[in-house]
Amino acid sequence: MHTRRTILALSLTVALGLLAGPASAADPGVTATEIKIGHTNPYSGPASAYGTIGKAIGAYFKKVNEEGGVNGRKINFITLDDGYSPPKAVEMVRKLVEQDQVLLLFQTLGTPSNTAIWKYMNDQQVPQLFVATGATKWGDPKGHPWTMGWQPTYQTEGHIYAQYILRNVPDAKIGILFQNDDYGKDYLKGLKDGLGDAAKKAIVLEQSYEVTDPTVDSQIVNLKNSGANVFFNVTTPKFAAQAIKKAADIGWQPVHLLNNVSSSVGAVLKPAGLSASKGVITTQYLKDPTDPQWKNDQGFKDWVAFMDKYYPEGNKADAFNVYGYSVAQSLIQVLKQCGNDLSRANVLKQAASLKGFAVPMLLPGIKINTSPTDFYPIEQEQLARFDGERWVLFGELFDAGKK
Amino acid sequence: MPRGRAVGLGALLLLVLLMPFALSGFRLFQFTQVCVYAMVLLGLNLLTGYNGQISLGHGAFYALGAYTAAIMIDRWSVPYGWTIPAAGAACFLVGFLFGIPALRLEGLHLALATFALALAVPQILKYFDGWTGGSQGIVLSKPRAPLGIPLSPDQWLYYLALVVLLVLFVLTWNLLRSRPGRAIVAIRDNPIAARAMGIDAALYKSLTFGVSAGYTGVAGALGGLAVAFVAPDSFNVFLSITFLVGIVIGGLASVPGAIFGALFIQFVPNYAQEISKAAPWAIYGVFLIAFMYVMPDGVAGFLRRLAHRAGDQARPVRPAASTTPKGGQHAHT
Repeated sequence: MHTRRTILALSLTVALGLLAGPASAADPGVTATEIKIGHTNPYSGPASAYGTIGKAIGAYFKKVNEEGGVNGRKINFITLDDGYSPPKAVEMVRKLVEQDQVLLLFQTLGTPSNTAIWKYMNDQQVPQLFVATGATKWGDPKGHPWTMGWQPTYQTEGHIYAQYILRNVPDAKIGILFQNDDYGKDYLKGLKDGLGDAAKKAIVLEQSYEVTDPTVDSQIVNLKNSGANVFFNVTTPKFAAQAIKKAADIGWQPVHLLNNVSSSVGAVLKPAGLSASKGVITTQYLKDPTDPQWKNDQGFKDWVAFMDKYYPEGNKADAFNVYGYSVAQSLIQVLKQCGNDLSRANVLKQAASLKGFAVPMLLPGIKINTSPTDFYPIEQEQLARFDGERWVLFGELFDAGKK
Repeated sequence: MPRGRAVGLGALLLLVLLMPFALSGFRLFQFTQVCVYAMVLLGLNLLTGYNGQISLGHGAFYALGAYTAAIMIDRWSVPYGWTIPAAGAACFLVGFLFGIPALRLEGLHLALATFALALAVPQILKYFDGWTGGSQGIVLSKPRAPLGIPLSPDQWLYYLALVVLLVLFVLTWNLLRSRPGRAIVAIRDNPIAARAMGIDAALYKSLTFGVSAGYTGVAGALGGLAVAFVAPDSFNVFLSITFLVGIVIGGLASVPGAIFGALFIQFVPNYAQEISKAAPWAIYGVFLIAFMYVMPDGVAGFLRRLAHRAGDQARPVRPAASTTPKGGQHAHT
């Protein structure tokens, strides 16, 4: 009798335990008072200019914690240096997941480093959220359901240029210069998909270059001779400056579409010559902190107040600090939506159900939307034209998510 | 003398053999990397410590080894086991050929020539993107243990790296005790005298360069497998300098020094980061200076001196050469 009762009691306990399991079974990285978030960033090495993103994110989480945290839990943000080296990123990420036991990995930077940890994160089923790269491959809910990008992808941007051409240049003859790698091809695919049936007729010449090439001068001459009246310029900063300068030197004045990768005034347009750059068109999705039009904008004022209080040593002219602030706000929104169910599965589910979420430092009207089949958070951008001094936004928002 | 040493070595071997069952996958991954780095340092020490040639370009051979393995696996579906010796052979050949013109260069000039190699390799890798995948690199899957041995991929890779490292250790020991080994050292100590004794300095120098590169290639292949990804950004110039730091810290012209050097370059940057998030490389620099100040002839040399001193006190007559290799302690973070 006694044994039977014991067995009964035991099995009841087990059953209760099993029932209670899924509800209270917290994944690693969460306690009643804390959420652990892992992050790696190049604080040293060739890409250390990006390091300020990690610092801005950390500063924003500090602000969140001082204001009471997320549903009463404080963010414990563990950020490590990966030096932009894929093997180091693997080591650091494995430390975060296996030793520090973080709930999720956030904002790892660079296509190579994210590629190196991609399979690992999906095998471990740990969310790899809002990675900092524009490659299109991060939106793959079927093959890699634990990974999601954030910024508009290169293909998205290509799409937007296509829409602009279709609407504004009736008899477009498009000449393309692109870097011969995945990044360049991603842009090209976006443009061609966006042009649809018109692509074959409209594109008159495609010229590529290798990162190791000294100049792109001959490609520019070829493009001019092809009679193109639209120039789709898919180049990294050094080559972008060469291309703009050469086109001006040989008197070629097409509609010049310059990819956002090389839209830096200081690093590209100044070396190319400000007057040569006049009229060049690019896309933007963040509010440029140096643009005077945001002076009285509430979102901008809040950002300045945040920078002054939590990251005073940060550069307020650096768009990376706007980026870090905005992506951190996006993650906080995901965690808020999770409520008290901070399992990894629910974090992922909530990241994939952002609906019309507006981030104050994104351009007005841009909304973050995701779904279980749409892992591309930002798909809207606006065009901007260089007026010889700064980028001036024009036209309405383009939405590459709309088919 | 050999008794204490044998006991110490046996204990150490037992420890490293049992480690996979006590440590997490992440820690094992780190120790796999220590083994891989130790192979590189062993090879580099042969060149720099024993033969007196400075190389600032071993990161290039490491990359070559990693890519040889990755391309063979990815493009030709070669079983990974074959790619390790193939990477070693490819790097031996390239190292040997590079050694021939480089022979005209001595000391710092050779250092610069090899440095150029380290600078060039990431760009060359991007140029041949049909083979190398360009800046996107090549993704590999982690090798599983063969024959259904119940080991996780991390455990298996650790054992594989450990065995390869032991083999290379034995090879190095034997090489250095042989006639060619003495020739290699003689060229460093006095090139003119070595030539006078009939040593073909040119041949031996090229061969040493080749062997050193071959070791590094084997390490590169294993390193690529452990990370399961190769990309040009993995093999920047800093890697080559890190290797040089490793042999100097471990101890020039010391075989066990490779292990100490590998432990240093694997773990000290992480420590530095734990101490200060703001200036980890400044802390790393302090560590470097401190090590060089306290142990000018490397960790291995330091331990040798300690053992001598202990030996002198116990038995003043007989200067014992026993180095109990216990330096693995600072590995436990």
